Amino acid sequence: MLRAGIVMFPGINRERDIAIALTRSFGQKPVMLWHKDPSIEGIDLVVVPGGFSFGDYLRCGAMAAQSPIMRAVAAHAARGGYVLGVCNGFQILTEAGLLPGALLRNAGLRFLSMDCQLKVARADTAFTSHYQQNEVFRAPLAHGDGNYTASPDVLDRLEGENLVAFRYEGENPNGSARAIAGIYSPNLRVMGLMPHPENLVDPLMGGTDGKALFDSLAAAST
Amino acid sequence: MTHTIIDVALARQFGLSEAEYAKVLEIMGRVPSLTELGIFSVMWSEHCSYKSSRVWLKTLPTTAPWVIHGPGENAGVVDIGEGLAAIFKMESHNHPSFIEPFQGAATGVGGILRDVFTMGARPIANMNALRFGDPRLPVTKRVVDGVVRGIGGYGNCVGVPTVGGETNFHPSYNGNPLVNAMTVGIAAQDRIFLSAAAGIGNPVVYVGSKTGRDGIHGATMASAEFGADSEEKRPTVQVGDPFIEKLLIEACLELMATDAIVAIQDMGAAGLTSSSVEMAGKGGVGIELDLDAVPQRETGMSAYEMMLSESQERMLMVLRPDRADMAAAIFEKWDLDFAVIGHITDTGRIIVRHQGRVEADIALDPLAEAAPLYHRPYELTPRPAPLGAVPDPVGLGPALLTLIGSPDLCSRAWIWDQYDATVGGQTVKRPGAADAAIVRIEGSQRALAMTTDCTPRYCLADPEAGGAQAVAEAWRNITATGAKPLAITDNMNFGNPEKPVVMGQFVGAIKGMSAACRALDFPVVSGNVSLYNETEGQSILPTPAIGAIGVIEDAARAVGLALQPGLDLVVIGATTGELGQSLWLREVCGRQDGAPPLVDLAAERRHGDFVRRLIEQGKIAACHDVADGGLLVAVAEMALAGMTGAHLFPSAEGAKFWFGEDQSRYVLAVPHAAPVLAEAAQAGIPAAHIGSAGSSRLTLPDGNSISLNEIKASHEAFFAEWFA
Repeated sequence: MLRAGIVMFPGINRERDIAIALTRSFGQKPVMLWHKDPSIEGIDLVVVPGGFSFGDYLRCGAMAAQSPIMRAVAAHAARGGYVLGVCNGFQILTEAGLLPGALLRNAGLRFLSMDCQLKVARADTAFTSHYQQNEVFRAPLAHGDGNYTASPDVLDRLEGENLVAFRYEGENPNGSARAIAGIYSPNLRVMGLMPHPENLVDPLMGGTDGKALFDSLAAAST
Repeated sequence: MTHTIIDVALARQFGLSEAEYAKVLEIMGRVPSLTELGIFSVMWSEHCSYKSSRVWLKTLPTTAPWVIHGPGENAGVVDIGEGLAAIFKMESHNHPSFIEPFQGAATGVGGILRDVFTMGARPIANMNALRFGDPRLPVTKRVVDGVVRGIGGYGNCVGVPTVGGETNFHPSYNGNPLVNAMTVGIAAQDRIFLSAAAGIGNPVVYVGSKTGRDGIHGATMASAEFGADSEEKRPTVQVGDPFIEKLLIEACLELMATDAIVAIQDMGAAGLTSSSVEMAGKGGVGIELDLDAVPQRETGMSAYEMMLSESQERMLMVLRPDRADMAAAIFEKWDLDFAVIGHITDTGRIIVRHQGRVEADIALDPLAEAAPLYHRPYELTPRPAPLGAVPDPVGLGPALLTLIGSPDLCSRAWIWDQYDATVGGQTVKRPGAADAAIVRIEGSQRALAMTTDCTPRYCLADPEAGGAQAVAEAWRNITATGAKPLAITDNMNFGNPEKPVVMGQFVGAIKGMSAACRALDFPVVSGNVSLYNETEGQSILPTPAIGAIGVIEDAARAVGLALQPGLDLVVIGATTGELGQSLWLREVCGRQDGAPPLVDLAAERRHGDFVRRLIEQGKIAACHDVADGGLLVAVAEMALAGMTGAHLFPSAEGAKFWFGEDQSRYVLAVPHAAPVLAEAAQAGIPAAHIGSAGSSRLTLPDGNSISLNEIKASHEAFFAEWFA
């Protein structure tokens, strides 16, 4: 079982949600990591949750990307460690250069909180093994800056190398290029996505569509 | 500022009357300093002193076996079982929200959050009750846009889900929109923090944002009518920083897990003045402040400015002296300012020092006890004559489409979609899914149900009936989810209380609310009064907004309003066809008259207890109260929520029956009508089987049918077109 750790930046607000989802699938609680910690020793899966790190008063995620802990996270990724960034976490990973592209203001220039439909581009990664390829599942989203963008070259490469993780199915809520909702690093060990599968892991909250992502990670090996 | 002449003219500018200033002179035995005058004027403002409303607020029922703290603390506290308490309150930020909608609304959310977490609760949900002017006016669009962005901008960032609320439009709010924000939090019953200072010599600690010149005299602004110059008041609106608030929540909750805090209060209206005066006053002690130690954002601030500043995201605490270092370390971890700015004394006075001078020295008792209290003359609104027969100009189908697309009844998804409703991972019923939002308590099967309600047009026509109806509807909405209603917070928004008609509206509403609270065992545990909601002499509709909570032991038992195919539709409660002040009368006939429906409180309780029992027994698949727009609108709303049509049985009843707004009614969707009708008959409760769910159309009792898609299109058009 991977040892999961959640990185806490000031202003992050979905750390509890992620912890609940991880605990549900892993059967054990994740470790909470503080942004001023220089080390993430013993952690196999680093999760950067959603929220408004440092208020997001600069570009979303730009301040957090410069935090001491992000050097350790980059080293972890360089060693082939797992990293998951959700929402603000995805923004932070792009700002830190761990994933390509950037997240711009939603095309409609408003914060959006709604359910979206996500299509699983590939089901052979540590993040998606419990989904089927092309499966469409529901996930809540809640962001003002989720409009994924990258140069045509980068987008072509992501698609050519099969590094798109999820696409919005049906409505593209935020104007993301090629309806991209989430992407992988070339080694498939780093993944970022805008929607919140962690908010749909309990039938009581309206469904368990997001649980397979955490079940997949629980089944992954280092 | 040092050359300012302190006299009655300045006192009047500060919002004090001549008589009130005379009392200041009597208490002080000398001419007050500028800072002292500032302290008196904000503490005696309507906003802080409740001088016009206090005598009437005291008549509201505030106790029940499950009430832990009623009005008087920062928020109300009720027992929700398992050793936990719900802490909640609703508060207005009306005046600032017209002057600067985004910041006005945002800081309204920030302020109410602080009222709740200052008592030791982690906020688990926000709601808001909004009233805007005529949607055809460009200014209304600007205000709606700013307020919604402001609420979202703050709530989304602090990570507290915004799970519901209500929105109305009426021209009386053109220059006076209402922004009433509610926060609900959860705390352990043995970890509740109060504001009474204690411990002579204990340090007084300031935490949070630095103090700037923003919001000086905000409380006084909130206690006056608007003129044409209200735009010029923009400098008195505060600016919010939800990021700092989020840090403050986490740092305070971390400190609250220790035994360091003796007393704590947020710096809300009248900032450092009201927090220090109230904390010392409640504790029966004195307080000394050294303003040189206050963290300041600007240079050269005077004592007057610091005492009156309403800079946001600040808290005042009295700590155990031996825990001050540990507390400082927690705030340092969160990169927040922490400063010892004074200590508790036994003098019974507030003494404020700045740059070696005593800027204020006031005895606290007279400041509190001599605070003005007015028995304002009032004129009760007579109950209007009943509505006579009204011809139906259009028939059921067209009227339904008009109503369901009208600004007051159309889909609010455009608003909700800008509020993060799922953060926290506990939102069982999101906005629009049920009559009340349902948020589970983390780590428990229990959930809280919450709603806000008021029908201001009823309150104008008959304040007493309207006050009772607002409370009853909140109780009904909690009940319709299966939860047990517990208590309410009231946000009393009215015009100028110096006008007997307005004061009469206030008195009538209180009487109606009191009666309903007593009949339904639904006490008031917190609240807020916002008066002088007038622009150029035009008063708003009387708006006693009610925020309510209830508890459901098993969150999985909570029901929503979405229809599913195959269910039978049963209406609970009698329908005589009350069209007075109905939306049908207004939207279809263009008339706003008649008497609003009266609530039979005994029937309300019987019907609600019956419905709740059926939900607890798992016999109901969906439930919706019948409110604005009447029975046909209620059925259409259930159909839209589940995108499942319904077939209503043929009936000769017309608009009166289908659009009347008779109270104490619910539409139930149940597997089989017969056993429910039998149980109702046995309990002596009116019930009727009116149709069944299925298909993609709504078949009306007159035989016509409308496709769900057409109803949906009408329902969703208003906001989409307005903000296209």
